[in-house]
Amino acid sequence: MRDAEFLIEAMTGQLRELLARRGVAEPALVGIHTGGVWVAERLHERLGVAAPLGRLDISFYRDDFSRIGVNPQVRPSELPFDVDGRHLVLIDDVLYTGRTVRAALNELFDYGRPASVLLAALVDRGGRELPIEANVVGAHLTLSSDQHIQLTGPDPLQLIIQTAKP
Amino acid sequence: MSATPIQLDAQGRLLHFLTIEGLTHRHLTDILDTAESLRGVAERRVKKLPTLHGKTIVNLFFEASTRTRTTFELAAKRLSADVLNLNIATSSAVKGESLLDTLRNIEAMQCDMFVMRHSQSGAAEFMARHVKPHIAVLNAGDGRHAHPTQAMLDVFTIRRHKPDFPNLRIAIVGDILHSRVARSLIHALSILGAGEIRVIAPRTLLPTRVEDLGVQVFYCLPEGLRDVDVVVMLRLQRERMEGALLPSEQEFFQQYGLTKERLALAKPDAIVMHPGPINRGVEIDSRVADGPHSVILEQVTNGIAVRMAIMSITLGHHAQASGEDA
Repeated sequence: MRDAEFLIEAMTGQLRELLARRGVAEPALVGIHTGGVWVAERLHERLGVAAPLGRLDISFYRDDFSRIGVNPQVRPSELPFDVDGRHLVLIDDVLYTGRTVRAALNELFDYGRPASVLLAALVDRGGRELPIEANVVGAHLTLSSDQHIQLTGPDPLQLIIQTAKP
Repeated sequence: MSATPIQLDAQGRLLHFLTIEGLTHRHLTDILDTAESLRGVAERRVKKLPTLHGKTIVNLFFEASTRTRTTFELAAKRLSADVLNLNIATSSAVKGESLLDTLRNIEAMQCDMFVMRHSQSGAAEFMARHVKPHIAVLNAGDGRHAHPTQAMLDVFTIRRHKPDFPNLRIAIVGDILHSRVARSLIHALSILGAGEIRVIAPRTLLPTRVEDLGVQVFYCLPEGLRDVDVVVMLRLQRERMEGALLPSEQEFFQQYGLTKERLALAKPDAIVMHPGPINRGVEIDSRVADGPHSVILEQVTNGIAVRMAIMSITLGHHAQASGEDA
């Protein structure tokens, strides 16, 4: 079990620097349900972002509907700002295959045409199946496919790594 | 034709949506919660989700309908499904054989879902018993039996305004006898634990033993409206009436029409609902239908999200079932 707060601290510094370098003064943050929203809430507060926090539930955009159906715990997506021309930061807890991010990007573009999208992840565990990389990462971990990593929260935020029993 | 276990799989998941009877609180709240997530889609620039991309949905309507058919169509399109509308006028009752024939022909077009309305009670269940296992059947109204998606959009609308079901008093007014909407709504409200369900109608428009459904019966409108939170007006279904059940529409309005004066007997924040189409001046006065208590047009909007939820949930379970076989 690992405390996630210090990783978020590291992400805050990286993200602040990256936004400054790109000249983005008023970004909008978008967290992906559920873990990504918890991370996004903390980054939103630490960076003092003016735009209200966006929340995406990508359940209806998943590429495996034909295998798993609708997630009964689906929540509404809320983007309480105009996406057109906005610089967005998409935030998730664990970056793995890249499929969640693919789904989230598709959903974002159904709201409008952002000026740019950055990706921030608390943990990059490798294992990508799509050409997607994060701009900001709290920690890089090398995990095998039978290992499972999960963020629990919202308070405290902790990372739990489990190995599946054969 | 009470409970219809055919609509559930061995794990109790919804495969078809034929009737509210036999469903659990959990089934209903899953649909309502999913619909809540889908409601925002209408406010986005792209009013479409990719969920049912590549699926084909057939609207099979043996009975006239505008609102229900179009909202089903829009629901399917907003989930990226392809939609085929078949309006099959029925001058005479459709026999089982010809219904099966229709079914086989449409099945041969490789569709994934039937949305069906029929004047015969039990028609949707008949369909569900005979379709290939990968096809989901949704009941869009069968005779006097059930109209479960309407009931779900009604309870969805009620929940958005008044979520505390155990403390709600709900009155359903008018032609209960011919109303599949009333029957399905009463079942849905009971499952969700509504505090008190009243039906208000003349004796000739009430089914026998309606009390067995767990409702309070009132024959007098002003008496029944007292302190209710929700008033559901029903359309007077003259086309289904045989013989002299009613003196005249004017007389019906005098006794059972919802006017501003009568609505004042309900709670000050009461909402007024109607499944449509409205007979203005027959069961409801225009000043009420268009007034501040009315949520009638909201029901239409909510119908799209609720039908999207039911479509994606049932087709999702079919997908899971076939995925497990693979």
